[in-house]
Amino acid sequence: MKVLLAMSGGVDSSAAALVLREQGHDVVGVTMRLWGGESDTGCCSVSDVDDARRVAQQVGVDHLVFNFSEEFNQHVVDPYVKSHVEGTTPNPCIECNRHLKFDKLIERGRALGFDAVATGHHARIVEQDGVKRLARGADALKDQSYVVHMLSGEDLSYVMFPVGHMQKSEVRELATTGGLRTAAKPDSQDVCFIGSTIGRAGFLEPRLTFNSAQVVDASGDTVGEVPAVELVTLGQRRGLGLGGGDKRYVVAVDVPARRVTVGDESELYVSETRIGTLSWPYNSDTSLVNGTEVLVQGSAHGDRGAGVVAIDGDELTIRWSRPHRRIAPGQTVVFYDASDTMVLGGGIVLS
Amino acid sequence: MASASIPSREYVYLDHAATSPLRPEAHAAMEPYGDVMYANPSGSHRFAREARQVIDEARDAVAEAIGCAPGEIIFTSGGTEGANSAVLGAVRRTGGTAVCAATEHHAVLHCVEHVQGVVVPVTEQGPVDPDVMRETLRTTDNVAVVSVMAVNNETGAINNLELISHAVRRQAPNAIFHTDAVQAACWLDLRTIWPHVDALTLSAHKFGGPKGMGIMVLRNGFNVEPLLLGGGQERDRRSGTHNVAGIVGTSVALTITDEKRASEVARLGALRDELIHGITSRVECATATLAPGVGIAGTAHVCLEGLESESLLYLLDEADVCVSAASACASGAMEPSHVLAAMGVPRERIKGSLRFSLGHTTTRQHVQAAVEATAAAASRLGAKVSVS
Repeated sequence: MKVLLAMSGGVDSSAAALVLREQGHDVVGVTMRLWGGESDTGCCSVSDVDDARRVAQQVGVDHLVFNFSEEFNQHVVDPYVKSHVEGTTPNPCIECNRHLKFDKLIERGRALGFDAVATGHHARIVEQDGVKRLARGADALKDQSYVVHMLSGEDLSYVMFPVGHMQKSEVRELATTGGLRTAAKPDSQDVCFIGSTIGRAGFLEPRLTFNSAQVVDASGDTVGEVPAVELVTLGQRRGLGLGGGDKRYVVAVDVPARRVTVGDESELYVSETRIGTLSWPYNSDTSLVNGTEVLVQGSAHGDRGAGVVAIDGDELTIRWSRPHRRIAPGQTVVFYDASDTMVLGGGIVLS
Repeated sequence: MASASIPSREYVYLDHAATSPLRPEAHAAMEPYGDVMYANPSGSHRFAREARQVIDEARDAVAEAIGCAPGEIIFTSGGTEGANSAVLGAVRRTGGTAVCAATEHHAVLHCVEHVQGVVVPVTEQGPVDPDVMRETLRTTDNVAVVSVMAVNNETGAINNLELISHAVRRQAPNAIFHTDAVQAACWLDLRTIWPHVDALTLSAHKFGGPKGMGIMVLRNGFNVEPLLLGGGQERDRRSGTHNVAGIVGTSVALTITDEKRASEVARLGALRDELIHGITSRVECATATLAPGVGIAGTAHVCLEGLESESLLYLLDEADVCVSAASACASGAMEPSHVLAAMGVPRERIKGSLRFSLGHTTTRQHVQAAVEATAAAASRLGAKVSVS
């Protein structure tokens, strides 16, 4: 098959190139230039492109660079800033996967005559009863099914995850054996467009107006002040200017009212959560989910909570089996089956 | 290790504005200076004197092709060095303001921006309007240098340097008037350009000379601060051991380019017209960026509205047709063209731009193959295409 492999310059996509070659595919590597501004982390610095290109040369495949910086700004950076203005907690990596790695790259791949688009994500696509299904990667600690949960049924028939069945240690070993310069490269951690020296606040400062806010307790008494309500996240405990005393957590953020409410940890627990922006990997076959108890993951490597899902139209409600710590609006939840292996769907927290 | 041998497949190479293949005559002339005649021409022994003679002869030949005095020639490392020397060197010498056109190559534009200079807008077809230049210079104090390219590297648009020079002489009489003539050497008689400017920059590999070689011509009586200090080999205006082989290759390539220019302009101009006609008549969304007669004979710049250059380039590459779009950044990604943006070309057209640039190896078969491949690529990407 003719495979378009997204190569970030990291070890996973480097090893993926080796795996695909080994399988006899005709591979073209592509590095997506996403962020045009300054940054020293993540997957689109010039040195990462150098790594990707050099690995492609070593493996013996062509390497291209596609400039998707305009789409990246439109679908990832601008919404990231807007989320902060609205007081929600965005997940830019998921939006990047949704709109760039998959939407845009799949469109390109199909237009250019490729049979598949591959990435180095740790997730697996398995076939059950003639249906392609998305499953967790073999390495439980490195599993990335959460960040690729939005793939549709059509996408799953077109996408490949060549290292999804491997342990991370096997990936590194393969890259080492292949003499690839990325073999020992650390995993990327942070948001790729935010430099480690400026941080989130430094990135947002020139892009929005920070507003100070009163920090109040449940009775409405002012107990502190924060310089930027836009930077406060539900569940946050530090940086609220509260001094010592009992542990208190952010239990509500009201940006228009410039008010942050704090309370006991117990106030963070809820029995229901509303979800929107739903995505279903099996062509909207929601029968596996609706009215069923599923496992819900609310962050990239977070714990799972059990809950029953009730779909109504474009939204749904999770009724937690036990009170669940609130997940900040804007964050993504992904549903897994009872074995905690198969992705059933996902969405974005509304409230 | 990547193979350095000549590709076995027949490639259609229409990217001469990026680089033109080394002319065989230049290659042959350079050969002895790699191994046998290795002396440093700045030495005093007979071996060095031989090398010095070779450079002196090369300088004479280059001066002949430009119509300047041999002493006005400075051999450099390429077009970027020449442009940087002219703009930054002039500003450093007088402390004045740098002025350039919005469509300049980044080698000029980034220098002017670096010294907070003035960038002059261009007309819809690409050239600078001399009246706009005159007005800009009239309202700008203490202009140190004005830089306007002879020919644009993306579109091939030609500037009227004679009229612009009148504006410079009148409104900024103390300024150095520099032209980046990198894209002009194959297409315009440099003797018709040199009388209008004080400084002129060339890049050898654009006219079939070696990479890493350039020429800066600086009129006697005009001086700029040198970028490179050291042994003062180029009359203290540029330092660094002479690249003897490179200088010889440059001079041979420029001499041949000059001799063959008139016939090549006629031959390739006709092929360029055929190429533009072929693409714009077959591909419904394709338009020629320049009106006929505005540009040099060697460049066919088209915009395929609604398509993406990156996809077109990939499919053309698969069909063994080598062309380009706008310039690439350090990562290798295509950057949206600042040239087309300055000309006011709509974004949807800019995104689908392609540059076919012809040169001394181009044949009619190449042009026909490029038309076919472009039509096929556009069709594959969903554009309406008619059969020939």
